[in-house]
Parts: sequence; structure tokens; C-alpha cells
Amino acid sequence: MLSRVAERIYWMSRYLERVENAARLVAVYSELLLDLPEDEKLDWSLPLQILGMDGAYSRSDHEEGELSFLLASQGNVASVLSSMNFARENARTTRDIVPSEAWRAINELHLYAVKSLPGMIRRPSSVVPAEIVGRCHQITGILEGTMSRGPAYWFVRLGRTLERADMSSRIIDVAATILLTGRDELHLHDSTIWRAVLRAQSAYQMYRQYVRRRILGPDVLRFLLRDADFPRSITHCVSVLEESLQQLPRCEKTLAEMAALRNRLEGIDLQTMEPDVVHLFADELQLDLASLHNAIFETWLNPMAAVRPD
Amino acid sequence: MESTRNITIDWAGYDPGQAYDDIIDGSGNPRKAAHELAARLGAMSSRELRARQQAAESAIVETGITFTVYSEGQNIDRAWPFDIVPRTLDRAEWRTTEAGLQQRLRALNHFIDDVYHGQRIINDGKFPREVIESSKNFLTACVGASPVHKVWANICGSDLVRDKDGTMYVLEDNLRVPSGVSYMLENRAITKQVFPELFARQKIMPVDDYPAELFNMLVSLSPRPGDDPHVVVLTPGIYNSAYFEHSYLARRMGAELVEGSDLVVGDDDCVYMRAIEGLTRVDVIYSRINATFLDPEVFEKASMLGVPGLIRSWRAGKVAIANAPGTGVADDKVVYIYVPDMIRYYLGEEPILANVPTYQCADPDSLKYVLEHLPELVVKPANESGGYGMLVGPHSTAKERALFHDLIQKNPRNYVAQPVITLSTVPTVVNRKLEPRHVDLRPFILQGEGMYVTPGGLTRVALRRGSLVVNSSQGGGSKDTWVVG
Repeated sequence: MLSRVAERIYWMSRYLERVENAARLVAVYSELLLDLPEDEKLDWSLPLQILGMDGAYSRSDHEEGELSFLLASQGNVASVLSSMNFARENARTTRDIVPSEAWRAINELHLYAVKSLPGMIRRPSSVVPAEIVGRCHQITGILEGTMSRGPAYWFVRLGRTLERADMSSRIIDVAATILLTGRDELHLHDSTIWRAVLRAQSAYQMYRQYVRRRILGPDVLRFLLRDADFPRSITHCVSVLEESLQQLPRCEKTLAEMAALRNRLEGIDLQTMEPDVVHLFADELQLDLASLHNAIFETWLNPMAAVRPD
Repeated sequence: MESTRNITIDWAGYDPGQAYDDIIDGSGNPRKAAHELAARLGAMSSRELRARQQAAESAIVETGITFTVYSEGQNIDRAWPFDIVPRTLDRAEWRTTEAGLQQRLRALNHFIDDVYHGQRIINDGKFPREVIESSKNFLTACVGASPVHKVWANICGSDLVRDKDGTMYVLEDNLRVPSGVSYMLENRAITKQVFPELFARQKIMPVDDYPAELFNMLVSLSPRPGDDPHVVVLTPGIYNSAYFEHSYLARRMGAELVEGSDLVVGDDDCVYMRAIEGLTRVDVIYSRINATFLDPEVFEKASMLGVPGLIRSWRAGKVAIANAPGTGVADDKVVYIYVPDMIRYYLGEEPILANVPTYQCADPDSLKYVLEHLPELVVKPANESGGYGMLVGPHSTAKERALFHDLIQKNPRNYVAQPVITLSTVPTVVNRKLEPRHVDLRPFILQGEGMYVTPGGLTRVALRRGSLVVNSSQGGGSKDTWVVG
């Protein structure tokens, strides 16, 4: 498989996961806003922060407002619409590899997003994002159900899982810093907010089934970090990443990165869950994920680094 | 019941004028191959017709069947323009056409091989030396090269047109990087959804074999027979107007779609691709890049599309390239004039398909005639494709004719002229009704060890009333083509 094609497949998968995660976050957050009293005043800056767009946004430059910036801004390369464009373009330029049913679903999702996202800004609701999440599930299902377990599939899986772990770490980070520190006025609504944190990861139902206690912040964090069986927990993502990397040729360097990541994950003290510890940990986790991405790029995706087989 | 007012077409009132219509004969009755189709269309309400046309168009948008146009400084991915009414051809007539196409390509391949070796045809006085000497597509880097099976043009797309009296003529042979076959295949897939009942009721020759036939032909060119040869499709990249097709064919063949920068020629003269496993040997390249951009060491120095050393590797027999570099020498409208002579010279046969009568401006008598009759002629540059740089006499202004008068006189070798062919027509959906529109036909012919011709081909249609320009970049659309019988 060509390095250039592997790179596009990997990014197609990352962008699709990013679209799904952002859409889910918007859907959950829209509902959360309805559940919180008017005077608690949560605005859309929190999702912007989670998605790492807070730095690029300024109220004066972006009159259309935060939600529009997040969802549909053409000028924002990280907006959901931009991610969707990148996902489709990567798929369009690898149509020889991507199963045609998956291409069709991606193309249709793109048409849907272009048509529906701008309209959603006037009346935020969870209908459009929920539809987007549903279609992303459909695409994931097609890819899982139709791709042979060869390199293209493993790059799809790597892209999806790395993006997923990255998103989990961001949510954990923001949730921990905001909710475990100050903001006393929000404590009244703790369980509402922690429920939203779980929902933003599609984790609510599984949490209830497997934790069986009332919803508490430290339990939620433990679940999202450490649960070995929940597909969006960091620990589970790490296992999937390891498994996928092992299927690819010349994977030693990337596996070394994985070992460092796993050590860090297992080293954290989950008993105390001090906010600053969690925050620092989430930061380091994101750096680990970034260096894993670099190792993947250098090993397989950088065509100029290709070497002749022995 | 729909009221009769709503019925889409009354064949008695359908008037193709001077043109030959492929569906309806001069007395308003359906032709033999079009019986089922004409009956079905005749029974369809205009609402149903429009619904089917819309269903086809949204299927095209959803499956992402596109072509790329360069416009206003941007590359735009446009939905493929398609008309649901197929063009029908009678199977008995098609057998003759098919034989004629094979005959042409065999002769052309003899010619190309001869031109790059002994030039027997020139030495025997059957072909003018100056045509080759002045051809910008004759590549000295290819002299003496020997492609597998002595075949240079492995893939050919010939354009066929029908004149007023129904005679099928060859308008040109596209031997460089002919495109359109993916649309032929997609058009069929859509038409099966639009008119499934007609496929059940009669024998329409399937076209789906093409990718497999193409792949088998490419495999037969491999310099390492016996192994599983590694076949790639070489594209100029995602901004090329035919990128959709490159990707489509790669997918349908299970071949890698590569760009020039993905390939590298090693010290051993072999071609490798930059893959996740490391560098991997490539055996056969189906090239969709013009030959002069293939290798900056030999041709266009500034080409970013090519692979340095590729021609060296090809000449050393370490990699096969289809079509072979240098093939373009026969894709020249002056060379075209001699194809019937080539058939007689190399094959000892009479041509089965006729050329459109063509005036070669390099010939003084013809030049005089052409300059005096510009308003009735079509003037074409010898080496362009895509319908660019042409003068269509009857539709031209005095200013355009004056410009061409100058151009031709300055460089007569570069121009040919033909009488205007009134292309045949096929009913086409226009505002919920069916009206005649002019069409041509591009079948695709493969030559490797054996030969293959697509049953039918890509029918292109000029969507504007009276227009004879069928190119998709200039307002043309396309139709499915049925060989029936």
C-alpha cells in the first residue's frame, strides 16, 4: 500500500471520528443547556475549549457567534463542516481503496452536513447532530463490515482510535479542571453535568450497567480512563492501538511509543483524583498521543522516508 | 389513468430534421433495435419521465460520479451530466463496426512500430516522410524500443459519427490517454436502475467486462511473467479532469492508483513505489499522463508529474507502460488521413470502416479549397483534443474565419478540414419532453495478446438544440449505449 494513500485513509478516519465526536458533543451540550437554569449561564465557550478551538475564536472577529464558528465556519479549519470536507476529500482521493458503499455514505453525509449545519445555528437542537452521529455509526459499520483486515483497515482503525483517545483526554481534562475546581454554583447540578460528560462519550448506559453506583465525578473519570472494556475509554483505545500497530510491518518504533503511553496510564493515582493531577495527566496524555502520531507518520506515512525492503 | 395530454411523446410529431435518428426511422417508426425502448417511452407520462430523470441525477450526486472542470481559477468537481434515454445499436451492424475498429487498431500498431524501427511504409513511398519529421509527437527517445507483442497503443478510444444517410464514419482515433470508459460503465449502472424492465425483456449486451479485460491485457505486458505482476494506474493527480476515471479504473481492477511522486527508479533500472512496506517493485504502469510528461530526464524538464529515469527503465524492459510512450505519433489528424492506406499496406485488407473525407492543408490544392470554403468546413488542429482550437464553419463569425485563414496559411501542416457531418440524433429529455439531440460514440478497443472491443461505448450528446459539440467540458452530456439483438 502506498504511503500517500495510507496517509489519506488514516486522516479520512481521523476526520470522520472528529466529526462524530464534535457532533455528539454539540447534541449533548444543547440538551444540557436546557437542563440548567437560566442564571447558571453556561455558554458555547466550553465545547470550543474541549475541541481546542478556543484559541482561534474571538468574539470581535467572529460575529456569527461561537456555535456557528464551531459548526459551520468555512474560515475555521477545525469546524465540523471543515472536518467533513477533509474527510470527504480524503475519501474521494482514495476511492480505489475505500469500499464504495462507505464512499457513498460519506458523500451523502457531506451533502447532508453542507445542507443542514448552517440552518442549525439559528435554532440549536440535537436533531441535526444526532443525525450526523448516526450516519457516522453507519460509516463505521460499513468499514468494519466490508474491509478486509489488511493495511488499509488497520490505518482506518489507527486513525479512528487515536482521534477517539484524543477526544476522551480533552473531555476528561476540561471536565476535571472546571468541575473539580471552583464554579461552586454548578455543584448543585453535578450529577446533571457528569451525566452529560458520560453522554458526550456515549458512555452513560455502559457506566450505569457496569459501575452501579450513583454518578460521582471521580468514578466517571476512572471509568473513562481505566475501564478496559468500554470502547471509548483511554485504556481500551490503547489496547486497540497496540493491536492495530502490531498488524503493520516495521512497527517497533511505534510500539515503543505505546509502551510509554501505557506506563503513564497505569502509573496515575486514581484514588485521590486531585484536579491539578488530572489536568497535568491529561496534558501529558495528549503529548503522548501526539508523539505516537509522529511515529506513525515517520514509519509509514512519510513517502520520502521509504526504504527498500531487505 | 394519466390523461393523454400528459403523454411524453407522439413519435409522429418527433422531428430530427435532416439528421439520421438512431431510434426513429424516416417514417416515424422505431428502428429494429429500439422497438421496446420506443414503446416504453411512448407509454410514459411526462411526470414519470421527469421523475426518472431526477432519480438518475440524484443517484449521480449521491454516488459522486463527477468530472473536474477548471473554471474561474478553481478546479470544480461537477456532477456528470447524463440523459436517461439510451442510444440503441443493432447487434448485426455492431459486429461489422467492431471488426472495423479492431482492423484499424491492428494497422495503427503496425504503423507505430514501423515508424520507430525500419520506416518501411515511408521507404515504400506509401506515407510522406515530412509528416513524421514535422510531428511533435514523434519521440526520438522511443526509436528502436520494443514493447511487448509489438503493440504500442494498448488502449484506443475511436470516435464514431453517423452522417445523414446513416453511414458510420471514424472521426478520429484517440491513442494517447483516451478517457470516458468509466462513464460508460456508470451510465449503464444508472440505466439499469432507471429502466430495469427493459433489461429483462430483451438482450442488451453487457459492458461490465471492461475492467477485467483491461486488467488481463495489462498483466499480459508484464516483464516478469509467471509472478503476480504489480499493476499500477499512474494519474497526474486529483486536479486532473479525468481523476474520477483514474480512481474508478484502479478500484475496479484492484490496482494501486499512483502519482509520479509515489514512484522512483532504482539503480537497477527497476521502478519502485513508496509503500508502507518500503520500496515495492512495479511491473506494469497504466499511464494516464501524456508521454512527454513521463520522464523529466528525457522530455519536459519541468514536469512535476513524471518519474525521473522512467524511460530508461522502460527501454531496458524492466517495466511496461501502456500506452507505450511515443504512441501519440499516430494520434494526429494528418496521420488519420492515411489509416485506410495503412490497412491495405500492413494487413492487405480493405478498410471496413470509412474515414470522414479530410483535406490536408499541407497539400496545396487542398489548402486552396479549404481557404475558399471555410464557411462549410470544420477545421481542426492536427494535434489537439477535447474539441479545442476548432473552427465550425457554419456556426462561425467572419472574424473567426479570418483568424483561421491566417492560422492555416502560417502553418498548413498543423491543420486539416472536413465537411460538416450532421451527427445522428437520439431523443433526449428536455423540459419533460423528448427532443432530438446530436450524438457521437466512443467505443474503447484493447490490444495486448488478443483484442477486445466494448459493446457499444460512450455516447456523448450535445445538449443544446442544434449543437454538434458533445464534449462534457463544453456543455455536452452522455447516454447509455445499448447493443440490442
